[in-house]
Amino acid sequence: MTMDATRYDDGSISYPGHPRGPGGTEPVETIDLSEYTAEVVTWTTSTATPPGVREPNHLAIVEFDIDGESVRAIGQLTTGDVETGDEVQPVYVDELREPGAGIREPESQEWDGYRFEPV
Amino acid sequence: MERVAIIGASMTQFGQREGEWIQDLLAEAGIECLEDAGVGADEVEHLYVSNMASGEFEGQTGVPNALAHDLDAMPAYTQRVDQTSSSGGAGIFAAWQSVASGASDMTLLVGGEKMTHKTTGEATDVIASLTHPVEYKTGVTLPSFAGLTARHYLERFDAPRESLGKVAVKNHRNGVDNPHAQFQKEVELETILESPIVADPLRLYDFCPITDGSAALMLCPESVADEYADDYVVISGIDGATDTHVVHEREDPTVMGGVVESGKGAYEMSGRGPDDIDVAELHDMFTILEFLQMEGLGFAEQGEAWKLVEEGYTERDTGELPINTSGGLKSKGHPLGASGVAQGVEIYEQLVGEAGPRQVDADVGLCCNVGGFGNCVITTIMEAAQ
Repeated sequence: MTMDATRYDDGSISYPGHPRGPGGTEPVETIDLSEYTAEVVTWTTSTATPPGVREPNHLAIVEFDIDGESVRAIGQLTTGDVETGDEVQPVYVDELREPGAGIREPESQEWDGYRFEPV
Repeated sequence: MERVAIIGASMTQFGQREGEWIQDLLAEAGIECLEDAGVGADEVEHLYVSNMASGEFEGQTGVPNALAHDLDAMPAYTQRVDQTSSSGGAGIFAAWQSVASGASDMTLLVGGEKMTHKTTGEATDVIASLTHPVEYKTGVTLPSFAGLTARHYLERFDAPRESLGKVAVKNHRNGVDNPHAQFQKEVELETILESPIVADPLRLYDFCPITDGSAALMLCPESVADEYADDYVVISGIDGATDTHVVHEREDPTVMGGVVESGKGAYEMSGRGPDDIDVAELHDMFTILEFLQMEGLGFAEQGEAWKLVEEGYTERDTGELPINTSGGLKSKGHPLGASGVAQGVEIYEQLVGEAGPRQVDADVGLCCNVGGFGNCVITTIMEAAQ
């Protein structure tokens, strides 16, 4: 399992990737963000979660620095004991929420991924 | 291009409408709007229905055609407008386009949603289904995005937590005078700050409720408006815009690009600017959104909206720019497809002098309807006909 971000031909990076990047740029490579650490930009703990989602659900938007190019990602946190600016690392989880418990068709997407753990 | 007038408006009671379903709610608002405008159903040429998810909520699709039949408005052209929470504003845009283009000389717009038969978790999940797969699998909800953004805003701009609570206090106070509002009672700041956490740092009273309801507007060319109404309003500016689907990809989490761009377009079309607006309805699905829209629309500098709220600038009876005189989504409720239309109903009533105890002195009004977490936005500027 990898946490693939996409680099475009102008050097910018996005997670997730898109068929076209900023200014119509084209994807040129993928970068596995799970090999990097990131900084917490902001975080929340959600106590009113939808069907199939853990409660409480600790979430954060984090920012990776990939050779001077920043890219942000959203993900669950392993703990609610974090602060803005903390350094975190991706930790693999085989099921982030229960497939089929919510409205989304289970076969339409992947359900495994990464949580962010304070370093 | 023909200027477009609004000659009638209506809204149902918002709240928990037990035993009434989407078709019932749409028909109630539609019939009342026909009566308010003095327009016969056979005069309606286009009928738009703003609705996000009647299929997902109720298993009922094809609602525009069903409404045409219920109103006996056949053979009017019908179309459903879905733009998530901004379906209502997008409906105003579609209805405006239909008249401005000359395709229709009488357009009825009805927005509605039936939600309260679902649990909070189920309803939240229907709304969260608009997210990207990498977002959805984290269990993120729209309230979670609000919590993430609110924390960033408060920390970055050194704003006090209480300032968000004061948005809720104001809008609940305004809702007391709105007989159609879901909640018609004041809430103390202390109650808000001590209510249960929903998405830290936001608490229960920072969020709008889940709501059933419907609202409607009647649009026609200005050249015939006075055949139907002594007082009417004109849509002088309207525009829609999008921002990223994936919320964390925005360069600045406190800037909603769709608000900025749709506001620019509406201002440019109307020849107006932020200083010309006398009253505004903003999409306060969460208290933090009122700050972000005030800043995106130029009512405040970035990071400064909270100060205006603290100073009372947005108060209905004493402020320079009353915001959410209807009570906003916060107090009035948020039946997804109806909300943007109901914003238009409030501005219409303010401009024709029919807002009763909520009335403010206004000639120019603005509504901003936000879909997703700023993913798609419609800004509309209305003016009292001279």
